[in-house]
Amino acid sequence: MNMDVPAIELVALTKCFRNAKKPAVDSVNLSVAQGEVLAIVGGSGSGKTTTLKMINRLIEPTSGSVRVMGEDVTNRDPVILRRSIGYAFQGVGLFPHMTVGQNVGVTLRLLSQSGECVSKRVDELLTMVELPADEYRDRLPAELSGGQQQRVGFARALASKPRAILMDEPFGALDPITRDGLQQEFRSLQKKLQLSVVLVTHDMSEAVLLSDRVAVMHEGEVAQVGSPRELLTNPVNDYVAQLIDTPRRHSDFIESLMRMAPGEGTQ
Amino acid sequence: MTPKLQLLFEQLPDLLGGHLTLAVPAIFIGVLISVPLGILCVKSATVRGPVMSLVSLVQTIPSIALLAIMVALLGGTIGYWPAFIALLVYSILPIIRNTIVGLESVDPAMREAAKAVGMRPLQQLLLVELPLALPVILAGIRTATVWVVGIATLSTPVGAPSLGNYIFSGLQLRDWQRVIFGCIATMTLSLVLDQLIAVIEKSIQSRRRVSLVLATCALASLVGIGLAPGLVTPDSAGFANLLGQREGAEEANDLVESTMTLDGQVIRIGAKGFTEQFILAEVLRERIRKVGGTPEVLTNMGSTIVFDALAKNTIDIYIDYTGTLWSTVLKELDPINRISMRAVVAGRLFDEFGIVVVGSLGFENTYALVTKRETVARYGLSQIGDITPAARDLRIGGDPEFFGRPEWQRVRQLYSLGDITEVGMDSTFMYQAVADGQVDVAAGFSTDGRIDAFDLAVLKDPKQAFPPYDAVILLSPEASKNKNLVHAIEPLVNRISVTAMRTANRLVDEGGETPKEAAGQLLPD
Ligand SMILES: Nc1ncnc2c1ncn2[C@@H]1O[C@H](COP(=O)(O)OP(=O)(O)O)[C@@H](O)[C@H]1O
Ligand SMILES: [Mg+2]
Repeated sequence: MNMDVPAIELVALTKCFRNAKKPAVDSVNLSVAQGEVLAIVGGSGSGKTTTLKMINRLIEPTSGSVRVMGEDVTNRDPVILRRSIGYAFQGVGLFPHMTVGQNVGVTLRLLSQSGECVSKRVDELLTMVELPADEYRDRLPAELSGGQQQRVGFARALASKPRAILMDEPFGALDPITRDGLQQEFRSLQKKLQLSVVLVTHDMSEAVLLSDRVAVMHEGEVAQVGSPRELLTNPVNDYVAQLIDTPRRHSDFIESLMRMAPGEGTQ
Repeated sequence: MTPKLQLLFEQLPDLLGGHLTLAVPAIFIGVLISVPLGILCVKSATVRGPVMSLVSLVQTIPSIALLAIMVALLGGTIGYWPAFIALLVYSILPIIRNTIVGLESVDPAMREAAKAVGMRPLQQLLLVELPLALPVILAGIRTATVWVVGIATLSTPVGAPSLGNYIFSGLQLRDWQRVIFGCIATMTLSLVLDQLIAVIEKSIQSRRRVSLVLATCALASLVGIGLAPGLVTPDSAGFANLLGQREGAEEANDLVESTMTLDGQVIRIGAKGFTEQFILAEVLRERIRKVGGTPEVLTNMGSTIVFDALAKNTIDIYIDYTGTLWSTVLKELDPINRISMRAVVAGRLFDEFGIVVVGSLGFENTYALVTKRETVARYGLSQIGDITPAARDLRIGGDPEFFGRPEWQRVRQLYSLGDITEVGMDSTFMYQAVADGQVDVAAGFSTDGRIDAFDLAVLKDPKQAFPPYDAVILLSPEASKNKNLVHAIEPLVNRISVTAMRTANRLVDEGGETPKEAAGQLLPD
């Protein structure tokens, strides 16, 4: 396989929703190299989710194009395309009437793999996301904690051994400790499997921690793309500067708290 | 257990079987039609508008009318099919409505998730949307079940036996035990079916295979009983057949016409829904059994329905009244005298429908003005005309319908009763009302047993203002070709006098005897 071909490439991608004055996504150009994590960061309503959904054709673009492994997605059956790209949902999106095992194996069954293959792979995936298969396979999603549900969501996204994964604020609804643990696991899995990932988040710290490059979106347009370092040293405008500065401000503040004399902060 | 209760239980297998045969397939096929139609409505707005308006409109038709309309739409066919189709129609609305609500209440995020994991539209529907909508759809099926089981009681008047037979005959016979028995049986059946579906729903949710399988089997066996209408009836008919032949054989020696046997042939007897008709149906049943036939009786049939059924050979025989046939079938307005009317009715029924009037039973069940003996003495009454001078001071009780009928207009005009006060009341109470003096005269029926029970006098009608209502035996076009049947029936002609009929009615209405017992006493051969 040609490693020079980007895993995902967006060219002048534009989406105007009906009755909207401004495009939700406006001429976006981005590319994700194979094995790379690209974070899309931006405020609420900046067009992140819309951009992500155009990649696996949950939303059809108004103009522009999407290429996955060099091939224009409009040439592909959207259903087959979706089965080959993992998708981890905002708010998890597990099917409440299916067991954990059925949820994880759903794409595999759609690909009409044999029952035996599916259950073997499901157990393997559950082990990979650190949920002992024997204990969790037959539970319903409602019988799991938020963090465990998110792990199941990952396992489902990884089931068909996709080379590319789309993630929409996957850690958004978790408590900080669970989120931290899961973020670490995600990063190591991503490295191990050499996944190409588009990670949508509104949290700049998360973007800096988990990605190789960050794209900042603002009002439907990409304001700047680059490594966290490039954004820090060379922000193109005040918006980017402010956004990229938040993780550092937070850590500075925490550091100053630490340096205070004992008791000073509480009285 | 009292003998009366025992009798009610004896009828239960047949009537419950009839009820299940109607209700369960109606619900089952209702589901097969409504769920896909509901899905279609959700997916296409152009389908939804017309379908929902039509279904809701049909639902507003009163159920008893819908049953009658089905009989008409099926060209006068009575029995199973019109009742089944009406019930099917009734099951549709709740199921469609809940299918739509259930599917539309599925979280759009679930629909998107289904798409994102790579499901095709049909897979989204089958694997995600329908399972998530299932509880709501099942709730609709449960509503439909309770409706259909209840409404199935109304199929009795269109000739499909059901638990409604208890209720209708109980109302006519003023036998409340019978009515309550029918109600409890119907309610129990509703509850059992409802609970079976609830168990299925719960076991799907909690994924308990065993109870799911058990409940589904129970329901499926009910569906099975329902879908094989032959299963219940022929078996019991076969049993009755055996009985009939044996009894026929025992009696054979005593009967003159013993050479004429019906050889186990099934003869279908129709009857309308009042006491006298129940008794006469038993008289016919006994008669046919005695000559070796296998009688099947359909009671509580609507008045025009039973005639149409005869004309179409759906039933073979029933008793009607010349005055009724004169106005409702032949559409004649002014009555003629008793003998001529019998001749004209017989001739025209044969010419126009091929129906044969075997003969008159020997009594008339006409309208009759009845009054207390004291009133007779006080005003010197013997005939209707004698009321005229006192009309201003008198009150007449009657069915509200009676006062709107042309018969009453004629009586008022011919006997100048314009000044009498009309008091509308249910016919059940009017004899009592006359006896208690709440009204002075009542418009009753000449064969009603309560005339004797309350010791009332019947006023003569010398001007023949009331049309003659001669009870006549009618045979369907097919049945009239059956010589043996005609011969078997002929001995009934002119055998029942008006007082005998009145006594028999009284035995049932006031004496608590069954129509069968009363029939036995009416013709004790
Ligand atoms: N299905 C839709 N129809 C119309 N407008 C939409 C739809 N989805 C998103 N939008 C609009 O597009 C813009 C971008 O939305 P979105 O991509 O969800 O933003 P983000 O994920 O960055 O919060 C918003 O203004 C939103 O209201
Ligand atoms: Mg979003």
